[in-house]
Amino acid sequence: MRSDYVTDAPLASELLDFIESQRDKKGNLIAILHKAQEVYGYVPWDLAEKLSEELQVPLAKIYGVLTFYHYFKLNKPGKSTISVCMGTACYLQGAPELIDELSRILGIGVGETSADGEFSIESVRCVGCCGLAPVVTVDEDTFGKLSAGQLAEILGRYRAAHAEAEERMVAAGAGSAGATAEVNHG
Amino acid sequence: MGYSRYDLESPYSQFCYVCSGVGCEQKKSEDLYRNIKNEVRNRGIGASVQVVRTGCFGLCEKGPIVKMLPEETVYIDVKPEDAAELVERHLVKSEIVTRLQLKDTARRPHLEVKNDRGHYQKQVRIVLRNCGKIDPENIDEYIAREGYGALDKALFEMTPEQIIEELKLSGLRGRGGAGWPTWLKWNFGRKAAAAAGTAYVVCNADEGDPGAYMDRSTLEGDPHSVLEAMTIAAYTIGATQGYIYIRAEYPLAIKRLETAMKQARDYGLLGENILESGFSFDIEIRLGAGAFVCGEETALIASIEGERGTPKPRPPFPTDSGVWGMPTVINNAETWANIPVVILRGGKWFARIGTENSKGTKVFALTGKVNNTGLVEVPMGTTLREIIYDVGGGMQEGKAFKAVQTGGPSGGVITAGHLDTPIDFDNLAKLGSMMGSGGMIVLAEDDCIVDVTKFYLEFSVEESCGKCAPCRIGTRKMFNILDRFTKGTARPDDLWNLEVIADATKKASLCGLGQSAPNPILSTLQYFRHEYLAHIDDETCPAGVCKDLMKYSIDAEKCIGCTVCARKCPVACIDGKSKELHVIDQERCIKCGACVAACKFDAVLIA
Ligand SMILES: Cc1cc2nc3c(=O)[nH]c(=O)nc-3n(C[C@H](O)[C@H](O)[C@H](O)COP(=O)(O)O)c2cc1C
Ligand code: SF4
Ligand code: SF4
Ligand code: SF4
Ligand code: FES
Ligand code: FES
Repeated sequence: MRSDYVTDAPLASELLDFIESQRDKKGNLIAILHKAQEVYGYVPWDLAEKLSEELQVPLAKIYGVLTFYHYFKLNKPGKSTISVCMGTACYLQGAPELIDELSRILGIGVGETSADGEFSIESVRCVGCCGLAPVVTVDEDTFGKLSAGQLAEILGRYRAAHAEAEERMVAAGAGSAGATAEVNHG
Repeated sequence: MGYSRYDLESPYSQFCYVCSGVGCEQKKSEDLYRNIKNEVRNRGIGASVQVVRTGCFGLCEKGPIVKMLPEETVYIDVKPEDAAELVERHLVKSEIVTRLQLKDTARRPHLEVKNDRGHYQKQVRIVLRNCGKIDPENIDEYIAREGYGALDKALFEMTPEQIIEELKLSGLRGRGGAGWPTWLKWNFGRKAAAAAGTAYVVCNADEGDPGAYMDRSTLEGDPHSVLEAMTIAAYTIGATQGYIYIRAEYPLAIKRLETAMKQARDYGLLGENILESGFSFDIEIRLGAGAFVCGEETALIASIEGERGTPKPRPPFPTDSGVWGMPTVINNAETWANIPVVILRGGKWFARIGTENSKGTKVFALTGKVNNTGLVEVPMGTTLREIIYDVGGGMQEGKAFKAVQTGGPSGGVITAGHLDTPIDFDNLAKLGSMMGSGGMIVLAEDDCIVDVTKFYLEFSVEESCGKCAPCRIGTRKMFNILDRFTKGTARPDDLWNLEVIADATKKASLCGLGQSAPNPILSTLQYFRHEYLAHIDDETCPAGVCKDLMKYSIDAEKCIGCTVCARKCPVACIDGKSKELHVIDQERCIKCGACVAACKFDAVLIA
């Protein structure tokens, strides 16, 4: 589970602990930004501001690094992230058509999040199972040998799962978006 | 290598390998592994059967994979619920579970080269020697296969000079792309370190080529080999700190490396006073963040230092001024994986494999329109024909071969006329391509050369760091021209423009990215100029890929007016009454091909 980023809340203790452990390591900025993204799922502008203060590093430098590396997300990702492999093998087996179809269904392009906050689309390079090309991963699941026609059904499944998870949250009466987030290293 | 695991003195007589590579893990191989372990325990055969998790077998599309030794039986598509049957029948009753068995003998884990009689040769597997054979999360298994023997030998029996001499004898050249002799790099690093008083060693595991994954497989399947090699290098040049720069997109490899580093420290093989030799060295992992240019060594150094990863002019070379301005030896992950073998077997042994100027083996990621895709490790000097037809099992669905792309976005194509060229650094360069990191994409008649080239240029546009104008602007301009070719709007002088810009970008760019980004264009123009011309002069795409150049129409002779196509067309641009000829409105047609697939009477024509 990720922590929700809330502007007025203090930084998650997990992130602060990590910063502490990195305090006197040289060149720690990228590692800290990785951690921030791991905790919150993205690194919004005002989080960068807070980090600038916390680390005593100029904001310009933090923003420079954040925008240089594709991996860092500045906008909040959807509940599920759809990553279309655009490695060579997948490209040749029709990955561009998958992206077109996803864009058509969700009304967004690569790097964007759907208006309802359900999905975001990413393009990634070879995920290492070219034998399955074209490959799409949704969160932790991999789908291989996909055709555009299968996408709507797959998205439907995740929509249903999101709704179910929400219901369970409500039923448990827990809005506990606690300050501690579980580390998920893959 | 001389022995296999089960002839070692081992308390076990049977081995069950469960793949835990990315492909299989996605298909619940972890549950499968747990179930098999439980079944083995419940049947009380745990003392003789060892259940091991391994790295990718290169059979991902058929995963999860289970391999049984000593029978060498490979099971595919094994579900967690199959565990009981597999254990009961294979391990207890010694019968083959034919239902799950991989029968297609052409399709073996880690593709191997056949000899003349169609048998699998004992392959010289150096880099992938342990992948799929040991549990990468268990240091004991690495040690049981001579792991850390090279480190022991280096620390206690060899001087740094002797190590460099052995590397020189081996003829090992870097596998990260440029093929720089490894001994030379270490030697420069060592001399500079002596003057500077400190130095760093770095493993480049950024693996940016969008069609390659050998570094990742090596790190997932055999992380200790890289740690051991880096420690040997550190001892040789006098470094006390190492970095592994790895893509954040490789979480499994990162996890395996972290586990391996911890185990190595516990065993006294990494950290303070290694093997009580008095020599200390430790390694830190640095995560890349999705920038291809960070594979370039000066950019990688900037990134390790926590900065934007923009390249710097060389010299100074990293061996003189690298991380924190100190001498730094950077090698590619696959290069590192070769080192322990060179040290243990000796440079002479290693140099017997390969060609005159390219020694050892190379791992390729074979993909595209061949029957067997996956990682292939072959001796340098193997021909493309052997790789594609013997290892790769030939072309998919009997398609006609068009070309092989090597070297990814920095490389080029090799045509049918050169299939018998022995592959090594120099021959590939002579043909206008390059070894690169080892992506090998087989293209068939139905792949459009212009479209493939556009793909690589799009990659370079996205990955150009923007620091220098020739690359930033040149790649964009070249992409735009190629885009016009694929859209049917290219101008007569575009071919000429393309060549001029390619040449300028190659000459004027600061780093390897810009310097090599035009290669896919230059190489395809050399061999497939006619395909470019067809896109302009005839306004056709010979491969039938570029949609904007295609026209869908309905054959009046064949159409029976069944209306199916009209109902399937997503933009409703097919008109016609039931039982009458249907017609496609060319203006509105988006060329999706749905009508072709829908028509049962082959009445829709593509031109
Ligand atoms: C744009 C660019 C990208 C590169 N990407 C990689 C890479 O992903 N992995 C790698 O090992 N080397 C890469 N290299 C080559 C490195 O700069 C460097 O030469 C190599 O890591 C040295 O290791 P080696 O001597 O073992 O080959 C790249 C070079 C350029 C110019
Ligand atoms: S050649 Fe391209 S990637 Fe290299 S420094 Fe110049 S702009 Fe950056
Ligand atoms: S190609 Fe697609 S858009 Fe064009 S007519 Fe056929 S179904 Fe309709
Ligand atoms: S599906 Fe084929 S036969 Fe039927 S109306 Fe369309 S073109 Fe004619
Ligand atoms: S190119 Fe998509 S998995 Fe390799
Ligand atoms: S991940 Fe199991 S075979 Fe590739």
